[in-house]
Amino acid sequence: MNEKVKVWPGTPLSEKDIIEKRVLFTEWEPNLKYAWDAGVGYGGYFAGLKEGRIVGTECAKCRRVLLPARAFCEWCFRTVDRWVQLNDTGIVNTFSVAYTGTAAERLKDPLVPALIEIDGSGGVAIMHLIRGGDPWKVKIGMKVKAVWKPKGKREGSINDIEYWKPV
Amino acid sequence: MPVDKITQVSQTKPWHGQIPVYGQYTYGIAGERFFREIKANGRIMGAKCSSCNLTYVPPRIYCERCFSELTEWLQIPDRGAVHTFTVSHVDLDGNRLDEPLIVAFVEFDGVHGGIVHRLGEVEPDQVYIGMPVEMRLKSKAKRTGSILDISYFKPIRV
Amino acid sequence: MRKVAVVGAGMTKFMRRAHETGKELAWETSRMALDSCDLTLKDVDCVVMGTAPDAFDMIHMKHEYLSDGAGAWRKPYVRGFLGGGTGVFTACQAWYHVASGLFDVCLAVSEEKMSSCLPHPQGAFVTCWDQFTESPLGTSLLWFFAWEMNRYMHAHGITEREIALVSVKNKKNAIEHPCAQLPGEITVDDVMNSEIMAWPVKRLDVSPTSDGAAVLVFAAEDVAKRITDKPVWVEGAGWCLDTMYIGQRDLYYPKYVEYAARMAYDMAGIKEPRHEIDIAEPYDPFSYKELHNAEGLLLCGKGEAAKLTVDGETQRTGRQPWCPSGGALGVGNAIAATGVMKVAELFWQLRGEAGGRQVPGKPRRGVAQAWGDEMQVGTVIVLGV
Ligand SMILES: [Zn+2]
Ligand SMILES: [Zn+2]
Repeated sequence: MNEKVKVWPGTPLSEKDIIEKRVLFTEWEPNLKYAWDAGVGYGGYFAGLKEGRIVGTECAKCRRVLLPARAFCEWCFRTVDRWVQLNDTGIVNTFSVAYTGTAAERLKDPLVPALIEIDGSGGVAIMHLIRGGDPWKVKIGMKVKAVWKPKGKREGSINDIEYWKPV
Repeated sequence: MPVDKITQVSQTKPWHGQIPVYGQYTYGIAGERFFREIKANGRIMGAKCSSCNLTYVPPRIYCERCFSELTEWLQIPDRGAVHTFTVSHVDLDGNRLDEPLIVAFVEFDGVHGGIVHRLGEVEPDQVYIGMPVEMRLKSKAKRTGSILDISYFKPIRV
Repeated sequence: MRKVAVVGAGMTKFMRRAHETGKELAWETSRMALDSCDLTLKDVDCVVMGTAPDAFDMIHMKHEYLSDGAGAWRKPYVRGFLGGGTGVFTACQAWYHVASGLFDVCLAVSEEKMSSCLPHPQGAFVTCWDQFTESPLGTSLLWFFAWEMNRYMHAHGITEREIALVSVKNKKNAIEHPCAQLPGEITVDDVMNSEIMAWPVKRLDVSPTSDGAAVLVFAAEDVAKRITDKPVWVEGAGWCLDTMYIGQRDLYYPKYVEYAARMAYDMAGIKEPRHEIDIAEPYDPFSYKELHNAEGLLLCGKGEAAKLTVDGETQRTGRQPWCPSGGALGVGNAIAATGVMKVAELFWQLRGEAGGRQVPGKPRRGVAQAWGDEMQVGTVIVLGV
């Protein structure tokens, strides 16, 4: 790509070079545990989930529902005005039939992660999982409803909703 | 919406998590040769830039100042001196150590750079900046090609 | 603002795993880029570094670690970071360092050593996503792309087979690239029959993880004219970020790429990108992304990119070649280095130095683009001769 360039640098190694230790390498595992605070907006959102309710916030200026609930509107750059209760039903905005987990590990039984537009939010979607029924029958536009954990087992987490089932 | 001020930190409920990855690092072109020399021959090598008149330890394949490739390698004396040091009483996670750890930056005559390592066979209150030290290697059979092939540096007693 | 040219370029092979350390890769490439335009480190006034999340190399503050290999010793040095959009932004950043008048020569270095991150760099994303509403679901990076691809297909009635053609084209283009990691002749059926990762995303829709580096040299007009007869001018640059709340943007269209492109095109005086641009390097970490991004770049109307691909217009010999380099799908995806590789491809193509990959008809203007962060950043640069 230039008369002066004859050799492209870089020394590729094969998997064998590592497995058979033909080259020197060292390993390190981070010994770190994180503790994240939910903050004001999400704090209210999770308190709602614990009670079996999906709550968002509303900005009176742009009349948007913010979901998951947040303390400020990033469009108007002001604090939101009120909490709004939404329904625990929605429609599938998009979905996947996924055979990969967090670290790209393979799953034997696929999950159906989806973005679900929550009824009453004006089309804002949250991320969750669909279960119950054939994964390959899920469709964009399908109506779904939240399946909640029993009250005593809810802890103020996104997983207080176990999954969403087709209606 | 007012911001809630937290007064009881113990009553908050943070979400816990970890990062599910670990690192695997190749030593690279210069590192491969440097650590193999320690492992096989028990010697510290440096790489020399003739135009800048600098000998890099640990060695690199390039000079950071003039960007030329470094092909001239030479053996560094295994005796050096403490450039600076600290006596550490806590480990990586902040736990108290039973025995304090003396960690020093060891410099060598005519060398640009040096080696960070532990000091041994010496009490913390005896260490001083400028103290002559020499490398103490693990036995050849126990060396794996790692910075820990050097057990520590110890004072040279005259 | 001053006129700025790209005057030199270099890159390593893109590899599954390199023996070199990251800084050795950075040096080999920086040295190569400087050699290519007969400059030395003394001529470099400042250095910008583009490199993706620290966790990919498993080295925190890796720009510091990489600095000596990047030629930053005792020089003004800064790292720009926009996740997957970093590479093209590194070129934008080098451009404004020189265009501002602060520096005459800027080295734009990018490096990635993703093989350091095990079991898979995807694991590092767990701490990129929202810790409360996303990660606890066991989220996988691939889900995000699957959602977007599904929404894109749904909106326009585009099929998986049409999208697979992008993988076929780019891996084939990469055969002529001396640094390519995954070149090859594959068929649409190969893509369709490859392992389902997260439907509709299949194994051969996905670019590999890579180790590699790529470097560009940027110079002010007077310097550029002094050292080369073939300067390649930066005509425009743009970048834009959308909301990070995935449920609050419609995934079928990358509005933020359009905004970034409009910023760059306005600067370049481009009114009709589909007619005024000869070659394009849209970011293609996934096959559908080339189409999605090309639409954001206004190279065709919404939903039209698949038809152009089917009609062969985006082939190297087509009306407007997309990813003549072979792209991330063929050359490899060393995140930031792939963005810079795309800009380097424009540089070589516009100088007529692309060898077996040379697009016929003396292309005069090209656009390169990258995309990333929480899948909502667009970075764009327009080069011309
Ligand atoms: Zn608002
Ligand atoms: Zn030198």
